[in-house]
Amino acid sequence: MANKDFPLIFERSKEGRTSYSLPELDVPEVNLDEEFEDSYIRKTAPDLPEVSELEVMRHYTGLSNRNFGVDSGFYPLGSCTMKYNPKINEDVARLDGFSHIHPYQDPSTVQGALEMMYDLQTSLSEITGMHQVSLQPAAGAHGEWTGLMMIRAFHEANGDLNRTKVIVPDSAHGTNPASATVAGFEAVTVKSNEKGLVDLDDLKQVVGDDTAALMLTNPNTLGLFETEILEMAEIVHQAGGKLYYDGANLNAIMGYARPGDMGFDVVHLNLHKTFTGPHGGGGPGSGPVGVSKELEPFLPKPILAKKEDQYVFEYDRPQSIGRVKPYYGNFGINLRAYTYIRTMGAEGLKRVSEYAVLNANYMMRKLEQEFDLPYPQHCKHEFVLSGRRQKKLGVRTLDIAKRLLDYGYHPPTIYFPLNVEEALMVEPTETESKETLDGFIDTMLSISEEAKSEPELVQEAPHNTIVKRMDETTAARKPVLRYYK
Amino acid sequence: MEFRYLPMTNEDKNDMLQSIGVQTTDELFSDIPKKVRFNGELNLKKPANEYQLKKELTEMANRNANLKQNSSFLGAGVYDHFIPSVVDHVISRSEFYTAYTPYQPEISQGELQAIFEFQTMISELTGMPVANSSMYDGGTALAEAVNLSAAQTKRKKILVSKTVHPESRAVIESYGKGPNLEIVEIDHKNGVTDLEQLANEMDENTASVVIQYPNFFGQIESLEKVKEIIDTQKKTMLIVSSNPLALGYLTPPGEFGADIVVGDTQVFGIPAQFGGPHCGYFATTTKLMRKVPGRLVGQTTDENGVRGFVLTLQAREQHIRRDKATSNICSNQALNALASSVAMSSIGKHGLKKMAELNMQKARYAKRKFEEAGFTVLSEGPIFNEFIVKLSMPVKEVNDSLLDKGIIGGYDLGLVYPELENHMLVAVTEIRTKEEIDTFVKELGDIHG
Repeated sequence: MANKDFPLIFERSKEGRTSYSLPELDVPEVNLDEEFEDSYIRKTAPDLPEVSELEVMRHYTGLSNRNFGVDSGFYPLGSCTMKYNPKINEDVARLDGFSHIHPYQDPSTVQGALEMMYDLQTSLSEITGMHQVSLQPAAGAHGEWTGLMMIRAFHEANGDLNRTKVIVPDSAHGTNPASATVAGFEAVTVKSNEKGLVDLDDLKQVVGDDTAALMLTNPNTLGLFETEILEMAEIVHQAGGKLYYDGANLNAIMGYARPGDMGFDVVHLNLHKTFTGPHGGGGPGSGPVGVSKELEPFLPKPILAKKEDQYVFEYDRPQSIGRVKPYYGNFGINLRAYTYIRTMGAEGLKRVSEYAVLNANYMMRKLEQEFDLPYPQHCKHEFVLSGRRQKKLGVRTLDIAKRLLDYGYHPPTIYFPLNVEEALMVEPTETESKETLDGFIDTMLSISEEAKSEPELVQEAPHNTIVKRMDETTAARKPVLRYYK
Repeated sequence: MEFRYLPMTNEDKNDMLQSIGVQTTDELFSDIPKKVRFNGELNLKKPANEYQLKKELTEMANRNANLKQNSSFLGAGVYDHFIPSVVDHVISRSEFYTAYTPYQPEISQGELQAIFEFQTMISELTGMPVANSSMYDGGTALAEAVNLSAAQTKRKKILVSKTVHPESRAVIESYGKGPNLEIVEIDHKNGVTDLEQLANEMDENTASVVIQYPNFFGQIESLEKVKEIIDTQKKTMLIVSSNPLALGYLTPPGEFGADIVVGDTQVFGIPAQFGGPHCGYFATTTKLMRKVPGRLVGQTTDENGVRGFVLTLQAREQHIRRDKATSNICSNQALNALASSVAMSSIGKHGLKKMAELNMQKARYAKRKFEEAGFTVLSEGPIFNEFIVKLSMPVKEVNDSLLDKGIIGGYDLGLVYPELENHMLVAVTEIRTKEEIDTFVKELGDIHG
């Protein structure tokens, strides 16, 4: 494809063209302007584009051709679980009876929708081993914050007002400490040990009577299972804190282990990861929260309950943290997750985790020939390599990522987690075939060869993409955040 | 049982196990302590085949009264508008919907450019120079705006008008607990914010004033007068939640000196879908550009000088700044922002004004019909596409009967405003016909007796 600017929709605009087909004015017209003070009547129309319908389609089709999704090719983006997004999910979400229902219809008129939600929250309770689930949070980070607010409310209800700290491992997702801050806590870090796991001695140091909670991903962001989870749970619980499970990595353990059985008090799930909600270029997601019985009174309201064969919303929840989102959560995404769970069942979900882990270990063992593997034990659904060997040759992890673009792959997550130098985090997921994995492995090995024989080829990558590396410095120094004529 | 999303064959599995050097996949899970291993089978419904599942879910969907088979006069923050066919064709392109956040700009120019265009459209609509790539929804966008105002002014008191959407107010309340904000609600008077009370509550601790425009009752708040009151205190910010469709007709909040304008673009190309996912927008001043929550796309060039787009000013965000980030938001509503962009492109500059006016004309016709039928309509001042009708019986009873006639009635205001018991908030969008409106008024009159 030619390397040239792709016009903005505004640059395609021409006065007098149109793509709309609005209903007609079939009621007697009144003079609207008479009702308003002049200063409330807009004088300059917002400069939206004026284009024909074909031009709209050409524009956005052109943009889609300049984008890469899971259906385009392999997307081993660690911690994001870029698995296949089933098509039946999309069809179901577009049924009129689901997509065109209003949140303020009387519950008796939407019993089908409520049954789906109830069934989904029950299924998620079962999968996580939690007492009850709320579907209200809109995304993972939103679920984290919701969970922490429940923990805060729990401590406050006990008159335990000095629990101001939330402990997060140094390998945690950035959302964990950010959510802690937004919930009014101070985030404190617990170190990882040489095995890549939470350092128990450090945890004992950090934990105290000011501990509100420990936030943990298990398996952690290195793709390693925290083997001492029960000991950690005991340390935190003994100190009076709560254990928070970040469900970003649930894809590794479905049917093998449940956060509820590990001692977690609150769980959030990312339905757009493990349960095939499409990532949509950044969202929408869905981040349900599950809680132990002890924390159940603090769930966001309303709660969806079943009473004598009728599904009803319960608002009388005096200890609830309140609403975290208008209406009832990202229903359309929840519906996709439900469709997936119904497709797979218990047997299928367990196999999902089995194969996600098998694929990751297979790739890890093949790639450790050429790339440093800081933590040699079996991984779960993802693993983290270090590009420090290649860095000595002058080829950085960023270069390797860009070179992968030339070969038609989306690169792994890079420079995360922060405790691994030149990190490359690979998550193949279970929906990829062995042939796809082998193709990627071969490519990585040949890039490693290129780093030795022709480093500039890697350093200057990408070569085949529609644009080259972007000037991000100028973008941040002199921000241009919108188009002006 | 076969699973169509899982390509693993027995042969693959054996080859891979051999490469790894283990006998069974179970060995790969040996790091999970025995005490926490789940040994049973999860108690879930049996896997369903594609045909059967689609049939079952279709039946489930059919048990819901939907907005396509009934004529709906229900709004209150979620509206049934015309959605151009192009919208779904675009967002069904898997290069968009199966993509992740555009962190690799070389292969994400499509998404990045689409977001840049979205930011431009929101900026145009609101009259604000900066708009972000989207928020979860209008309610959480408003709550984030409130928290930003508190952080920026280092003040704790927030004045929120009771004419702001009740669920947005509830979310503000929840979000405000983190930074311990003092939320003070200002009463409504004649369907708009009581400005006298607002002026009385304004003091040097007030971080921001939150106004909805048009407000929850459909009426147009006087942003000019609100701004005058705000200006009696230095630094206090004006936060406006705005239905972006109404801004096709109304003067944008930016022109009245708003500091932050938020809202939901559900009105553009996004179906009601039981309340979500919708799409929040967040627009602000250049001064607050580096405090904005969420992702921003900026224009730049590549090594060859070709124009392109990147995620920018990321030092605000959680993946860089961690506990010092301006917000914890990560996932947003990118695909829905795309849907709204396509809808706005399709409706266009002139279509937008026409669409806004159609809503206003049809709502005014309905309002007049109610008045002619002898109902008391409370809304006195100018409205957008909603108004309040006083009934002499419970709204729920009326709505139950209306549904038998294929009509989804308005919102029961008594649920959240005790003083408005038996009052219905009626929404009339451009897709309601004169005939539907006439039938609605007649049926309601008959039920009402």
